[in-house]
Amino acid sequence: MIGAAAPIRARRVLPGFTLSLGTTLLYLVLVVLIPVLALILKGAEIGPERFWQIVTSPRTLAAFRITLTAAAIATVFNAVYGVLMAWVLVRYEFPGKRILDALMDVPFALPTAVAGLSLTALFSANGWFGQYLDAAGIQVVYTIWGIVLAMTFTSIPFVVRTVQPVLEDLDTTLEQAAMTLGARPWTIFARVVFPAILPAFLAGSTVAFARSLGEFGAVVFIAGNLPMKTEIASLLAYIRLEEYDYIGAAAIALVLLVFALVLLLVSNLLQIWAARYREVK
Amino acid sequence: MTITITGMRKRFGPTEVLRGIDLTVEKGELVALLGPSGSGKTTLLKIIAGLDWPDMGGLDVDGVNWLNLPAQDRRIGFVFQHYALFPHMKVRDNIAFGLTVRPRSQRPGRGVIAARVDELLHLLQIAHLGDRYPAQLSGGQRQRVALGRALAIEPTVLLLDEPFGALDAAIRRDLRNWLREVHGATGSTSIFVTHDQEEAFELADRVVIMGQGQIEQIGSADQIHDRPATPFVANFMGATVEIPVTMRAGRIEAAGIDATRLERRVLPDGPATLFLRPDDITPIADTQGCWTIETVASTGATLRIALKDGAGNRVETVLPRRAPEAAGLTPGTRTHLRPEAGSVFPGPRPATTPAPAAQAPAKENIR
Repeated sequence: MIGAAAPIRARRVLPGFTLSLGTTLLYLVLVVLIPVLALILKGAEIGPERFWQIVTSPRTLAAFRITLTAAAIATVFNAVYGVLMAWVLVRYEFPGKRILDALMDVPFALPTAVAGLSLTALFSANGWFGQYLDAAGIQVVYTIWGIVLAMTFTSIPFVVRTVQPVLEDLDTTLEQAAMTLGARPWTIFARVVFPAILPAFLAGSTVAFARSLGEFGAVVFIAGNLPMKTEIASLLAYIRLEEYDYIGAAAIALVLLVFALVLLLVSNLLQIWAARYREVK
Repeated sequence: MTITITGMRKRFGPTEVLRGIDLTVEKGELVALLGPSGSGKTTLLKIIAGLDWPDMGGLDVDGVNWLNLPAQDRRIGFVFQHYALFPHMKVRDNIAFGLTVRPRSQRPGRGVIAARVDELLHLLQIAHLGDRYPAQLSGGQRQRVALGRALAIEPTVLLLDEPFGALDAAIRRDLRNWLREVHGATGSTSIFVTHDQEEAFELADRVVIMGQGQIEQIGSADQIHDRPATPFVANFMGATVEIPVTMRAGRIEAAGIDATRLERRVLPDGPATLFLRPDDITPIADTQGCWTIETVASTGATLRIALKDGAGNRVETVLPRRAPEAAGLTPGTRTHLRPEAGSVFPGPRPATTPAPAAQAPAKENIR
């Protein structure tokens, strides 16, 4: 007689799915979700009118504008540089390539405050670079360009590190095929190579932008932090906190959080669009 | 387009992949480069395409030195082994690529390009797939798209690298016939690389056999099959049985071999090597014969018989199970061997022949 058979499930190679998923979820909730939730709740306490008043005050608006502008410029720099660097690291062999590859991680490893200090020292009016720029009438330190510089430094690796593996996996026969069909180098890059790295490029650029928006340590040293001129949003939140104005700090932080979430959403949508041809059905 | 290749050499580091290639391909011809992997056939194809460059030698196409031309200006259609379709473009855009990348002054209008693409989609029998991405196609369909993309630029020369290598046997046979038709319809000069003999002989007007960077023989299927020019070709064409013999007045002599069915050869007296296909050898029961049957295995239609002589040489033969000669062939039977066809090359067993599997035991015997 055949009894009601228990459903047969495929055995996994490594057991412990429940345990590992549970651990990771718990960790995520404790470290990421609860702080974010607390921030949102704190913001909700303020009430819409008060919230609107805080975030549209001239000083806060200026801080957001400066942060966004500087982060956008820094991201454009890093996007172009990142693709170029990834290309060099993947496509060419040269002495010192491994060292260059390793150097790409320095901005990740270096404490951002150290980066801010060194940049300030280099670009201040009597620093190595600053003395010449100063003579030419260009001031970097204590201007938005200082902020851009600090943001660029700390977010360099993102685009390089996301584009590099995709470029490594890119089938070079695609470029050869384009060549035999008469395409010139620039056309090959624009129509064959770039579309292939576009999803990774978008992902890397968004993360670089998000990181620049939130950069604090490196920026505060070089920016001079003049209200309305070179004061970034996260610093303003910090200042509010110092003044025991928790509500003001939470409101600014909440806006930064919304920026970050919108960015992530847009980035994911763009990536889905850019990779639309990969879905097989 | 007549392609003339002269004295072409190429090395990658310590390995010489092309060791002096001389070859002329006539206008409208369909030529196969056939050889085992590592024979340099793909390298030669890539040099013709402009995707690789030789160290020495000439490449002339209708009097133009192609080695001075970049790949973009050669106007060749190249079909890659794994198709190399642009994954982010729909089939239609893939096929149109070669036309849309032309400089503005030479580029056909949108309507002309669309019409040309439609025409190709019909020729390739994939009209319904125009709006799909390559990832949504089967291997055979991708192959057609790759060919369509190459044909769209009306190439002077069509080059195909292992065009059917990654396809199922049935689809392969289909596409083969169809490629032959396309070649006839477009009248272009075509060269394709393959390691599949059947494919090469069935498709090509002429087959160029390459081995270790050299051309071993050029000819039709029958010529190459019956008159291999070198031991390499004989071995590559399936004559894996090598028997040391002695030539005397044009006759082949060896103990236990009945060479009466082999024609006389114009070869100097002395040691030589007889190359035989397993199915061209008939074992004849003979109590005085020096070969003993070791095993007999049946596949239903054929018998595969392994034999051994007193010196430890081993030979494998294949004969139809219902052939009169097959009766009474059981393990332990003593026989002599009667080759029905074969080729002889002077000198003892050459050291340069491939097919290590067939040679492994023989090498031990020499020591």
